[in-house]
Amino acid sequence: MKAPEFDYVRARSLEEVFALLDEYGDEARILAGGQTLLATMNMRLSEPQILVDIGGLSALKQLSVVGDVLRIGAMVTHAEIEDSTVVREHAPLLSEVAPLVAHRAIRNLGTFGGSIAFADPAAEWPCILVAMKGVVIAQGVEGQRGIPADEFFIDLYTTALRPGEIIVALDLPLKGPKSIYAFDELTRRHGDYAIVGAAITGGVSEEGFLKDARIVFLGTGNKPDRAHAVEQQLETTPLTRATAATFARALDISPGGDLYNSAETKLHLARVTLERLLSKLAQTLEVPEHG
Amino acid sequence: MAERQSIRLVVNGKSVTTTVEPRMHLIDFLRDELQIKGARVGCEHGVCGACTVRLNGQMVRGCLVLAVGAANCTVETLEGASDRGDLAALQAAFHARNALQCGFCTAGMLLAAAELIATRPDSSREEIREFMSGNYCRCTGYQAIVDAIEDVLSARSASVAGGQKC
Repeated sequence: MKAPEFDYVRARSLEEVFALLDEYGDEARILAGGQTLLATMNMRLSEPQILVDIGGLSALKQLSVVGDVLRIGAMVTHAEIEDSTVVREHAPLLSEVAPLVAHRAIRNLGTFGGSIAFADPAAEWPCILVAMKGVVIAQGVEGQRGIPADEFFIDLYTTALRPGEIIVALDLPLKGPKSIYAFDELTRRHGDYAIVGAAITGGVSEEGFLKDARIVFLGTGNKPDRAHAVEQQLETTPLTRATAATFARALDISPGGDLYNSAETKLHLARVTLERLLSKLAQTLEVPEHG
Repeated sequence: MAERQSIRLVVNGKSVTTTVEPRMHLIDFLRDELQIKGARVGCEHGVCGACTVRLNGQMVRGCLVLAVGAANCTVETLEGASDRGDLAALQAAFHARNALQCGFCTAGMLLAAAELIATRPDSSREEIREFMSGNYCRCTGYQAIVDAIEDVLSARSASVAGGQKC
């Protein structure tokens, strides 16, 4: 299908974006990479009156280490993250996950900021942002503010962005010497939306165990879905290859079913994914990398 | 009715100046306005890969780009890329391996395969399958397409190992 009629403005400045958002309100949509928005418009699931294209704003395309964070401009593409040596050095979890986001032709245009703003609970980046304790840098006429990932995702496609605000960048903490992480997802075909997926981040304690673990699922709820109960158990019980399965069985998230997979199937697959990830991390902890 | 907008872009090496409705996709612009028939329109929501074209040298989904958004860009379809560089070898390999039947997906397949060869020359068979997973073919069952791409990659690595210049 073809998109319905709309007006189009390629913004030359953030001020112009804010003015248009003020004028058109909910009838305006921000066009970033367009890889989700244009598809939904083609399907007529979305019919904005005007698209405000922010693709010309070079300030939103920066990707660099700023102080103690990796700052990713909202318009940095998935492909740029995939190929970046800076990302590989400072936030290797992103480098590992980027190739799993859709297909290369889509990654060449689709943006990190767009994915976060759309807040699809089945997409990888919202899950990763929560797992890494990232911060969303939002800007509106009243200036910039940072929104922690935990507070950003509110519900299905619903975020803490206020009317008139857009995402300008995402801040992610730099990998430390004791940081560990893992990600996996189950898909029918490479590049499809995953049935379930999960990211685990944390550190290594002096005794050599996983500590400060964060476990975040995608595809199971209306927003990135934290496994709080398992996280808490990991604070008191050491993770080993022998205990990985026990933690996985204790997973108590409540996934919703969809057209293809029932809630029971999703919970089972979430436990399978979690056990795989924890086993992998336990193995890493038992055999520390040298050199 | 939404106002038509002026755009200028380079398509297959030629400068084009015209006006378009904002709602027009790049792929429809190429096929219907410029009559470039290697521009294929498939699913129109970014799933099938038939509409793959190059935008500023990188492959994109032509159905997920607005023509108005491609203003001041360089666009290349199979017609522009054909018969030179990686494409020539790929076209010969697709022919030799029977990697096409109806041909509908072929333009997209060739452009995707060319990007794989340019950026991931050491790909294994499994990696070829992963990279090409964004392009649907309803005829071949993919085996022959992967064979053809593998042929081109191994011919290239053999010529590099032999010290010849491509």
